Amino acid sequence: MSEECGEVKLIDEQGLRTDGRKPDEIRKTIMKVGVLKNADGSSYLEQGRNKILVAVYGPEELHPKHLALPDKALLQCRYHMLTFSTDERRSPAPSRRDIELSKVIKSALEPAILLEKFPMTTIRVLVEVIQSDGGTRCAGITAASIALANAGIPMRDLVVACAAGKVDGQYIVDLNADEDKLGEADLVVAIMPQRKLVTLIQMDGSLTLDEFKKVFELAKKGCYELYNIQRKALLEHYEKVAKEVSQDDISK
Amino acid sequence: MISPSDMYGMSFLKRRAMLKLLAKGTRLDGREFHEYRPVKINIGVVEKASGSAEVSIGNTVVIAGVKWDIGEPFPDTPDEGVLVTMAEFLPTSASFIEPGPPDEHAIELARVTDRGIRHAPLIDLKKLCLIPGKKVLTVFVDIYSENYDGNLFDAASRAAVASILTCKIPSFKVGEDENIEVDEEQLKPMPIVKVPISVTLVNIGDYILVDPTFEEEQVSDVRLTFTFTEDDKICAIQKGGPGGISEDLLMEAVDIAFKVSKEQRKLLMGAVKNAQKENDT
Repeated sequence: MSEECGEVKLIDEQGLRTDGRKPDEIRKTIMKVGVLKNADGSSYLEQGRNKILVAVYGPEELHPKHLALPDKALLQCRYHMLTFSTDERRSPAPSRRDIELSKVIKSALEPAILLEKFPMTTIRVLVEVIQSDGGTRCAGITAASIALANAGIPMRDLVVACAAGKVDGQYIVDLNADEDKLGEADLVVAIMPQRKLVTLIQMDGSLTLDEFKKVFELAKKGCYELYNIQRKALLEHYEKVAKEVSQDDISK
Repeated sequence: MISPSDMYGMSFLKRRAMLKLLAKGTRLDGREFHEYRPVKINIGVVEKASGSAEVSIGNTVVIAGVKWDIGEPFPDTPDEGVLVTMAEFLPTSASFIEPGPPDEHAIELARVTDRGIRHAPLIDLKKLCLIPGKKVLTVFVDIYSENYDGNLFDAASRAAVASILTCKIPSFKVGEDENIEVDEEQLKPMPIVKVPISVTLVNIGDYILVDPTFEEEQVSDVRLTFTFTEDDKICAIQKGGPGGISEDLLMEAVDIAFKVSKEQRKLLMGAVKNAQKENDT
């Protein structure tokens, strides 16, 4: 991995990254909720060139029934990439990566949801990657959490995820695809910002213990920045809904 | 298969009993919180495999084997060999495991083991290139669980790493018309860079337990696997389980895992050395 760093410069003389960002700068991010009519909750997120659509269905009846849990809802997550979301066309069949990511996304979201309120049912979280440019599992978790809130599912906290890592010997936040591929380390962190709990951590690459702790702090900082955008997206949506409702009242 | 977190309902009482026990400072099997069960590493158990190992950690038993083939490189790494890691839960592992293609648990197990090996890196894949862009060696590392009593991640990692460290591959010669001649007489070891050692712990309440048993996994909030190389670096991390963990406990877990990885490394390297000695005589 580190050998390739010599060939491709990921950080230039001015200390800027390939997409012009500073090392501790996250990509331009926009989030919206309530974007799909049929879903109980939904969201759309753009983080740099990442474009993610999430739908939440449930709590609803679970099929096949034998999977139902007697004391809580079953959380089912699917991470899925569209065939044209990457440089090369992807096979439409689910890859082993997709299956692992579905599992870790579930593991990241589960601590925040009051599943025990809905025994015998399912809550389905569908993460659709429309375009990917690195960090789609994080973007998927961040978007899924506001889609769950939009579905009115009781939660302990939002969940927000961000990656950080090391490229060209420097610590950077919110890695794009090139930095993820050619960098020295990639650390994915998801947190519940109010509860101060870590709900996902994954890493590959090479870091000393001290470096790990520094990169972790950077990822956490990215998480809090994204958390503010999450809150703004939810507030904006419900302010609009409130206005519509009050206008309806007047017209009556 | 049924995952530990899916059996949460049944385990509510077990969790309460476990927390009571942990408050007294003991584990169900009498171990210290940061202590592994006995680890046994049996190398070279399958003659037809280029490398193989059976590893038991307490009652958990995993077998791994290495096979090779000549194949094509990935387009983005034309001068590197290919590593393929697969894991499967044999139905012998436990009553609730049914035969069938690898499910999400088996895929996660394979991918986490692979990540440790790939990012250490254990194998110098560049040395497995035969004709750049055309022909390279493909190394298959296949892992099967035989008996499941928790902590498959570490058992799988040890078995895979021990198999690769003791693996013998033939010598290859590239002929004039790009034919590959295989010399099965001249066997050589796999080109090795660094050795990854994984340490898995679980978090139950405020407690951190190294090398969880199935019962401990069942009632745990968070499962963490940290993989270290001999130059004291972390090369892979994976979180699982239905809960979240505080930052303080997470950092405590890394430090514990790092410490424990040292003795586990000694154990593995000792077993590998013994196997190599036996092979030489």
